[in-house]
Amino acid sequence: MLTRSLVLSAILFGLGVAGVVVRRNAIILFMCIELMLNAVNLAFVALSRAAGIEGQIFVFFVMTVAAAEAAVGLAIIISIFRHAETVDMKNFNLLRW
Amino acid sequence: MSDLLWWVFASLAIGGGLGMVTRKNPIASLLFLVLTFFSLAALYVLLGAHFIAAIQVIVYAGAIMVLFLFVIMLLNLGHDYRPDVRGGAWIVAGFATAGLTGWLLTRVLTTEGAVVAQGGELEIAAAVREWNAVGAIALPLFRDYLVPFELTSVLLLVAIIGAVLLAKRRV
Repeated sequence: MLTRSLVLSAILFGLGVAGVVVRRNAIILFMCIELMLNAVNLAFVALSRAAGIEGQIFVFFVMTVAAAEAAVGLAIIISIFRHAETVDMKNFNLLRW
Repeated sequence: MSDLLWWVFASLAIGGGLGMVTRKNPIASLLFLVLTFFSLAALYVLLGAHFIAAIQVIVYAGAIMVLFLFVIMLLNLGHDYRPDVRGGAWIVAGFATAGLTGWLLTRVLTTEGAVVAQGGELEIAAAVREWNAVGAIALPLFRDYLVPFELTSVLLLVAIIGAVLLAKRRV
């Protein structure tokens, strides 16, 4: 079950990466980042079956960082929306070459 | 039985992830993500991490997803949605990147000798027998990881202040 879970976590991480590259909606990009964090959590929990309880404790910290990141990121999205009336990434090209 | 359940929830998780990446409507996308989170919680139960599963449902499927839904509805993105998927080359590049990432991670994680540790399962089972599911995590958390735990509270405080400051109309 350990190896299978690690493979599943790799697949979910890959899906998150694909979403970040393919989508343009800022909120959906955020959801894809959450999916990647969850894939890492799954790997941690699976590895805790081999390495002990530390894996589950690290999941704790990852979840905290994810919650903080979601709160700050969504606040940034709200303030961007107020400024530009859209959350589509193609309108935010100020820092693109 | 638990093998069968594992496959069911694993396919639900992958299906939810695929649905999230491909749906146009942000709310549909979000609900697919909730499906993924719930199936991950079920997988945690199957892996023997009961407390993490409960936290997953409460924090992710509860708090974070409500936050996302709230922002989507606050910004009124639920109805007037234009397709925001990038065109041809981007899709190929995206799924090639994803496939490569997944393949490399799979290779690294499943090589012979990648996981050298053993017996964590028994150790956790013994701890759960002695201190229950919560105590088995709480004891090492408050004993060996006390400083990171306290730093976490500082992080959350900074995040709260930052979120309020960023979302405020006029500071």
